[in-house]
Amino acid sequence: MSQTTTVVAEGPSRAPWYLRLPVIADLRRSVGLQRGMLIVGLVLTALLVLTAIFAPLIAPYGFAASAADGVGFGTQQAPNPTNHWGTTVAGYDVLSRVVWGARTAVLTIITSVTMSFVIGVLLGLVSGYVGGWFDRICTMITDAVYAFPSLLLAIVLSIVISGGQSSAAGGIMSAAISITVVYVPQYFRVIRAETVRLKAEPFVEAARVTGVPVRRTLFGHILRNATRTLPLIFTLNASESILTLAGLGFIGFGIEPSSAAEWGYDLNRSMTDVTSGMWWTAIFPGLAIVLSVLGITLMGESMNDLNDPRLRRRRAPKKTRAAAPAARAAEPGAPARAEAPTGSASSGPAGDGPEGPARAADDTDDTKEA
Amino acid sequence: MSHTEEPDPDEAVAADVAEAVADAETSTGESARSSVPVATAKGAGEKRRRGGLSRYIITRFLLIFPTIFILVTVVFFLMRVTGDPITAALGGRLTPDQLAQRVHEAGYDRPILIQYLDYLGGLVRGDFGTTYTDNMPVLSVLKQYGSATLELVLFSLVISLLIGLPLGRLAAAKRDKWQDAVLRIFAILAYATPVFFLGLLLKLVFAVKLGWLPVSGRISASGEGTMGRLLNPSPFYLVDAIRLGNGPLIVDVLRHAVLPSVALGLLNGGVFLRLVRTNVIGTIDRQYVESARSRGVPERRLVTKHAMRPALIPIITVMGMQIALMLGGAVLTETTFEWRGLGFMLAQYMTARDYVAVQGIVMLMAVIVALANFIVDVIAALIDPRVRY
Amino acid sequence: MTGEPGTDLTSHRFGTGEPLLQIKDLSISFATDRGDVPAARGVNLVLDEGEILAIVGESGSGKTVTARSVLGLLPETATTTGAILLRGQDVVTMSRAQLRRARGADVSMVFQEPSSALNPVYPIWWQLGEGLRAHDPKLTRAQLKERAVEALRIVGIPDPENRINRYPHEFSGGQKQRIMIAMALALGTKVIIADEPTTALDVTVQAEILQLLRDVRDNYGASIILITHNMGVVADLADTVAVMHDGVIVERNTAQELFDNPQDPYTRTLLAAVPRIGAASASGRMSETDRAELAGHEVIVEARGLEVTYPGRLGTKPFRAVRGIDFTIRAGEVFGLVGESGSGKTTTGRAIVGLEETTGGSLTVFGYEMRRFRERTFKPLRKDIGFVFQDPATSFDPQLTIGACIAEPLQVHARDLPSAERRRRVHDLLEAVQLPAAYADRYPHELSGGQRQRVSLARALVLRPRLLIADEPTSALDVSVQATVLELFQQLQAEFGFACLFISHDLAVVDMLAHRIGVLYHGRLVEEGIGRDVLQNPQHPYTKRLVASLPVPDPAEQARRREEFRILDAQLPAADEMG
Repeated sequence: MSQTTTVVAEGPSRAPWYLRLPVIADLRRSVGLQRGMLIVGLVLTALLVLTAIFAPLIAPYGFAASAADGVGFGTQQAPNPTNHWGTTVAGYDVLSRVVWGARTAVLTIITSVTMSFVIGVLLGLVSGYVGGWFDRICTMITDAVYAFPSLLLAIVLSIVISGGQSSAAGGIMSAAISITVVYVPQYFRVIRAETVRLKAEPFVEAARVTGVPVRRTLFGHILRNATRTLPLIFTLNASESILTLAGLGFIGFGIEPSSAAEWGYDLNRSMTDVTSGMWWTAIFPGLAIVLSVLGITLMGESMNDLNDPRLRRRRAPKKTRAAAPAARAAEPGAPARAEAPTGSASSGPAGDGPEGPARAADDTDDTKEA
Repeated sequence: MSHTEEPDPDEAVAADVAEAVADAETSTGESARSSVPVATAKGAGEKRRRGGLSRYIITRFLLIFPTIFILVTVVFFLMRVTGDPITAALGGRLTPDQLAQRVHEAGYDRPILIQYLDYLGGLVRGDFGTTYTDNMPVLSVLKQYGSATLELVLFSLVISLLIGLPLGRLAAAKRDKWQDAVLRIFAILAYATPVFFLGLLLKLVFAVKLGWLPVSGRISASGEGTMGRLLNPSPFYLVDAIRLGNGPLIVDVLRHAVLPSVALGLLNGGVFLRLVRTNVIGTIDRQYVESARSRGVPERRLVTKHAMRPALIPIITVMGMQIALMLGGAVLTETTFEWRGLGFMLAQYMTARDYVAVQGIVMLMAVIVALANFIVDVIAALIDPRVRY
Repeated sequence: MTGEPGTDLTSHRFGTGEPLLQIKDLSISFATDRGDVPAARGVNLVLDEGEILAIVGESGSGKTVTARSVLGLLPETATTTGAILLRGQDVVTMSRAQLRRARGADVSMVFQEPSSALNPVYPIWWQLGEGLRAHDPKLTRAQLKERAVEALRIVGIPDPENRINRYPHEFSGGQKQRIMIAMALALGTKVIIADEPTTALDVTVQAEILQLLRDVRDNYGASIILITHNMGVVADLADTVAVMHDGVIVERNTAQELFDNPQDPYTRTLLAAVPRIGAASASGRMSETDRAELAGHEVIVEARGLEVTYPGRLGTKPFRAVRGIDFTIRAGEVFGLVGESGSGKTTTGRAIVGLEETTGGSLTVFGYEMRRFRERTFKPLRKDIGFVFQDPATSFDPQLTIGACIAEPLQVHARDLPSAERRRRVHDLLEAVQLPAAYADRYPHELSGGQRQRVSLARALVLRPRLLIADEPTSALDVSVQATVLELFQQLQAEFGFACLFISHDLAVVDMLAHRIGVLYHGRLVEEGIGRDVLQNPQHPYTKRLVASLPVPDPAEQARRREEFRILDAQLPAADEMG
């Protein structure tokens, strides 16, 4: 980039950099329910990540331990002082397995999201920009994969990769790769659609007309502007990968209990317990899944709402009178435009004329459908 | 496979151009001086409308085949990367010689391309292979167990539609009010809960603790006996029970269906709710709704008619895809409730390492998904008068 | 409110009886993240029966907000104070039910974008019937259809019996606007609020819609509030005019009086900024010798039988956007290309820089044949071509500073330039387009539309190109901003001496800048020549019609021209016989 970009603009409207970081900025401008959702999401996600990192410190026993100090736990024990959340049918400590399970989940998320992100984004960018036959074929393949029940695909892939069951690393990898293949189409579709849209934007055409090399246009101009929706897919992807991992585990294609703790597998084993009324082996790993997915989803969902002017909630006006015949009016593009600050409302020396603050509230004059 | 959300560049240009043409053509004929050009324009419009729809349906239909072809190819080659299915299934139990002989008999030692073409040929004839463990043609596995899955999917579809449509509309109408907040949190919870965990919870509460409903299965043992008397059983237990006119039997079937359908239906209902909410909010802000409002159309009607119908097009398309995804959920639900359907069988075959059966069932589901998507796209197209492809 | 003319309710009244609509001290503000933003302040207006009142103003003036408040159609973030008396009842304090009953029956609205104001998935009769049913639920389907046919016939939609069953996409833009007007009429509305009703339409269609609105008033006695930024439209239609600026009504008068004798300085600036054909004609200023000299200049762009065809997709016919046109642009010459939407003017401009593929004939740029061009061989020539896009909001990468945007061409074509020198060039250019050098560090969204378009010019000119393509560079700008940008453009053209293809739908703008003008119609060049000759003495019937349909900002003159257009319109052969 040229040296001009390095000069940070110091417009009056800019907050300090740390307040402009994605999550913090979102938090700052959220209100009401959206803020609550965002905070709950952040807390739950932080909890998941912290549990994963500090699993050895938090968990009372190892994930595959069926005895402590030479004394066996016994199988299917109800919650008691030794095993706070009871033991499973195989005699493992439920609490320990739930805690260690967080680690498996987070590792899977990280690997799968990274892989599908890199592949999906690259493919989407190139396919959208190049167009033609390459694009058609890519689109057709990803569409086909996208429409296919993801769990079935993950099953096939996990058979391919690990022949069913396997070690911790192998299991996580095979789950991650299965999830990757399933979610590459999502990234691909989103990035491709964005690329196609941006390709027709005047600023990209301007680069073409200037003779800017394709690589530079793609990574300099398009990619940076196409990543708008990525946080949402990121979170969707992350929560889906927890669910897919658990689903695989549940039908017996997960990770062997001796190699790592995995919530879905534990739920599978607890099926018979439930029939005989033993609740603890199912409830705890199940809740762990629900809370993890919930946290990530809440975070993504509320961030998405905040970034979408259509869904974003604004502070209510201070009503002065019984005024505002609160016709549940649509937003005629007005408040959305209030967000596009015309920093130079007072208009520079060029004096382009009247573009006062009231502009924010005006009509559809030049709001072209985005 | 929604073509609605993807802004295809060529298509967009073509559409703009077409509109510009239409504008240009009519703007001069518009002053209604001569009736001749108007008449021809009308004729052309008529033709465009009819031709557009049938052409769309035909192209959309033809698109099924490459989709199936791609999936079949991908799945076939993936499954063969691991080696032949016989070695996978019997690897440890036979001597290498015996194994080699079995492999040779089944033709798995031929070049992979030949096997592939052979397999494709079989598919065209409707032969999805034969299960290895119980030596049953995959297609008859479908005949025997497919109906159970279909029944489950239909029940839960009804439940999810009953939840998703009205509640999604309500959430959109009461946007940002407490009703909306509650519904949104419900929807997110529904999404976050794995279907098998919900299933276990329901079982725990309603079957084990309260004892209201059966724990698993499609029908009780005595019910099965009654059902067996039917000479020409239909694929659906409920239909048969009604045909027999046997009240307790109907209740029995329904009681078994409640928990699995609710588990699967509740989760999908949450997804539908979100889908409806987002899309209705998207259309309720549109100018045409504002325009209707400016003519005094009541708010309620704005939501139920003016905003709803245009929102339905993307909703139906995505729902179609969602129904396909329900098949995945069905695998988990059936396993949880021992509901003897395709998904349950799939899990059984997987545990038995019968990959011929797994491959066959997966392929079959690919076909079903492709067909379902086609039907849904056609329905969406019928709602949208602007159909063009 | 310092004794503005607006506060005096009795001055410049159109009628004398009880006013139909009376707005008293209306203020509206919007709650935003940055606090409350006022949109209208202390507005006072009176509308009489049969009156056409125009509210004129530029974007941000608050004109639309004011008009929408009459229907109670403001977003929830709005706070309204004051009174809007509609036949004695105050809209501001009405209950929701009362408001709903008033909408449509008492006041109706016609929107700017007819395409988005009609529901795409319902037939016309149903949409029209919804309004009727809202006020009279007892109407049967047959009655609704009958009323729809009647309403469509009134607004001049041919074959209404069949066409009420059609969907919006089967109508042209002008027809859709007619349908919107029909909807208002069917409800027997007393007041029609027309919000920029012709802005989205071509100028010839605009003339027809304005005529229809006039007929509606004359024949059905409806009063109209016309919201517009276009002074020509005001002159054509309005009885009385209110000029809005920054949320305040700065002047109110009868139309003739306002145009003849504007009082407020803002009104004067606004009127002065409106380009008029013949007022500052670039070609008019040239002498014969100038022309002869220009004709001897080196040829920069030459099109011979140029064709651009978009390939059709499965089963659709290919679309011929440009159908064999010839023109030449010489060094230092501004060639204006005018035409309505779909005429192929933008496509032609884009073909010159290779954004569209030349599919037939020949197009040479600096002697390089664009048909089957290769990016690799064409690239060296790119430094000699600048391009200015229509929409200043989207012409810049939002992630880059203005300085980086302007410097990008330098980075591509003059890589060896030391960075200090590069920075200096950027600053020079900012100065040339009359922006302070400090703007180099700002981001595009921090600039106003007009400022962005200046930056756009700077970017196009940073390599000192010999050819500039300007595609509707001012059509997204307000008229006063447009005036300054056009002036700047003229200066820069004189200073840099580049050849230019200036594309616009606005004849008056092209007249100000272009030495020669070409008129495109359905992809064919129907007329070409010296600017003044083409616009003041058009030969081709389409050009005649185009010129006649352009409203001029002078009510008396416009009334005369309107007659001319009507006669011309009746004489003209049908579209298919032209070209």
